Amino acid sequence: MELLKKLSSKGWRIIAPVRSGNQVTFREIAEGADILEDFVQSTQSAKGVIFPPVEELFRYHMKKEGAELPEQEKTIPTTLVFGLRPCDAAAVNSLNAVFTWDYQDSQFKERLENTYFMPVSCSRADEYCFCTSVGGNPGDTRGSDILLTKLSTGEYLAEIVTDKGKKITELAPGLFGAEPLEAKEKNLAVVDRRFDARELKQKLETLFDSNIWVQQSLRCIGCGACAFVCPTCVCFDIQDEGRGNQGKRLRCWDSCGFSLFTLHTSGHNPRDKQSQRWRQRIMHKFSYQPDRLAVTGCVGCGRCSRACPVDMNLLEHLVQAMAMEVQP
Amino acid sequence: MQELRNKVKELLSKGTVQTVIGYGEGTAGKVRPVFITDPGNTDSLIFDLRCKQNLAVYLLKPEVKQLGKAAVVAPLFTLKTILQLAAEFQLADGDIVIIGMDDEGKLIEFPDLAAVEAFVTRYDDLSAETKAELDRIEKMPLEERWQYWQKELSRCIKCYACRAACPLCYCTRCTVEINQPQWIAVPSHDLGNLEWHIMRAMHLAGRCINCGECARACPLDIPLNLLTQKLIREISLHFNQRAGIGSKAENTLSTFKPDDKENFIN
Amino acid sequence: MSEFEPKIVAFVCNWCTYAGADLTGTSRIKYASNVRVLRFPCTGRIDFMLLLKAFANGADGIIVSGCHPNDCHYTSGNFHARRRWIVFRSLLDFIGIDVRRIHFAWISAAEGAKWAEFVNTVTADIKKLGPNADYRRLLDAGIA
Repeated sequence: MELLKKLSSKGWRIIAPVRSGNQVTFREIAEGADILEDFVQSTQSAKGVIFPPVEELFRYHMKKEGAELPEQEKTIPTTLVFGLRPCDAAAVNSLNAVFTWDYQDSQFKERLENTYFMPVSCSRADEYCFCTSVGGNPGDTRGSDILLTKLSTGEYLAEIVTDKGKKITELAPGLFGAEPLEAKEKNLAVVDRRFDARELKQKLETLFDSNIWVQQSLRCIGCGACAFVCPTCVCFDIQDEGRGNQGKRLRCWDSCGFSLFTLHTSGHNPRDKQSQRWRQRIMHKFSYQPDRLAVTGCVGCGRCSRACPVDMNLLEHLVQAMAMEVQP
Repeated sequence: MQELRNKVKELLSKGTVQTVIGYGEGTAGKVRPVFITDPGNTDSLIFDLRCKQNLAVYLLKPEVKQLGKAAVVAPLFTLKTILQLAAEFQLADGDIVIIGMDDEGKLIEFPDLAAVEAFVTRYDDLSAETKAELDRIEKMPLEERWQYWQKELSRCIKCYACRAACPLCYCTRCTVEINQPQWIAVPSHDLGNLEWHIMRAMHLAGRCINCGECARACPLDIPLNLLTQKLIREISLHFNQRAGIGSKAENTLSTFKPDDKENFIN
Repeated sequence: MSEFEPKIVAFVCNWCTYAGADLTGTSRIKYASNVRVLRFPCTGRIDFMLLLKAFANGADGIIVSGCHPNDCHYTSGNFHARRRWIVFRSLLDFIGIDVRRIHFAWISAAEGAKWAEFVNTVTADIKKLGPNADYRRLLDAGIA
């Protein structure tokens, strides 16, 4: 694509979806790479660009006087994430809400500042998608800097959403022309709304002691795949890795679904049953986070359900929860 | 399939078991594990060529044990798992009711584990395709093999789906979950991934029954089962031992023969 | 440019090889000084991951040595070790790690000369193979 070539020539790092075996994956691409557009969803989200799976927080060197922490030398390259779905871009708002809530996470902020999101609207969806139930839609502009919609003419409708998006147009002025005549909505997939996120939150508030969680989680094997492919999951672990006199402190992804996630040093584990962990996952995303941060912790991308080895199907479970009778 | 459903109805209505672990229809043509506790609900049970998930992973879960005595729908790989679990003293003869299923979906009655043993021993551990794939990798020059595995293993995100899906990874506290010391690195950097997968393959040496759940559960399609399949072949070659064929079998790495042969010790 | 001097880590059992290496010293036999010796009660105690940890910590080569079969101080530790190494070595080779960097031996407490000869051979072999760059490259890879 012309625009990508232009940006890459200015030293931008371009990340786009490519085929990897049977899957679609986000990779840093070089010129001439085969960027995919005709797919429903990638296996992994693009959250790794601003919240990497393994990230160095600092490194240390033990000296006679004490520990020395050298200044971080790494620079975050200006990055464009192209070709992700609108739901993935909307997920950035959820990540941002968590990482800039009370403590301002400087590493996250620096990465986000240097990253531009250019999703392409969805012309197709599958049975796992449910963006419209959580406040999104196949042409959602939330979280995008520029949202592209492919039109039947082969051209793209570009919605410049943010100032960062405007910056991109200024870098490649020739590629952005006048508004096309075709309407955006004609080219979007249809995703039926299966529930209302606000109603779900209210319903969940009545279901804490329900035994629906036991029934739903029986087949869950506690594997963690859902959390790791999810674009809004943020649980992380901090590991110190030392070798002799020096070492690094790393931050890495974790999952509340792991059995020992909440193990206390005392030995007590408040969530030692899979049903409690399953309940926590749903409550956190659809009740606690909306309460605390005013952002739902799910964008309806469906990845968790697609990746789940035992077909937990989040949408199905949420619809079932909505149908539960309120406990007196 | 009807034979299966009738059997399950009988087991539940007679109270022989309180729950039956089987297969049911899932999303978009997938198959999912189901737990039937009501004899009136047996129509949700299915069995066909899609049923490849190893349900034995549920047999040792406390959440499932809580439901009472269980029966499990057991195709070949599940049968082998049950034998291996018995050999490791995790299950005793009669703890669970085994609803054997052959390749054609026909029910097989197994009155006890000895009957299961007699059934499974006739089957090869590794298919021809697997052997061919192992050969293909073994024939690569060293540097190419290293690049192949680095490419595959560097993609790992340490989600531990492989561990969770494996019925033989039943440790309530896995080695990676002990941090005094943190023996295997937790983050998914290249070194951590390599150490994890080598360790996992070694901890399954002589125990893996080749159900392929690890590779099937991996969200990134990493061919993890190749590592354990390689060890299945080596162990069979060197020690003439196979996993999952005897409920009283010896474990490869905790036993030895004084005349074990090797060609690399000076 | 100085010649590459490999770092070799030796995992040895206390009763045979360690004593044998001691004999090498008291016999005043000169041999290559590249080896750092780690003493274990028995080769049966050597966890396979320890070898990988040695590589991760900068070893270019590894020696594993213990009592001859039937001579183990704890009767059967070395038998268990032998089995473990057969399995582990084949896995490492399959994954593409150069198993020529790991040398195994049975060296008894009386074999002082054999220890010296063995260390010299291993040092020369590892020198030829060069530094263990492939493995060490992993240490910083995959971290943002």
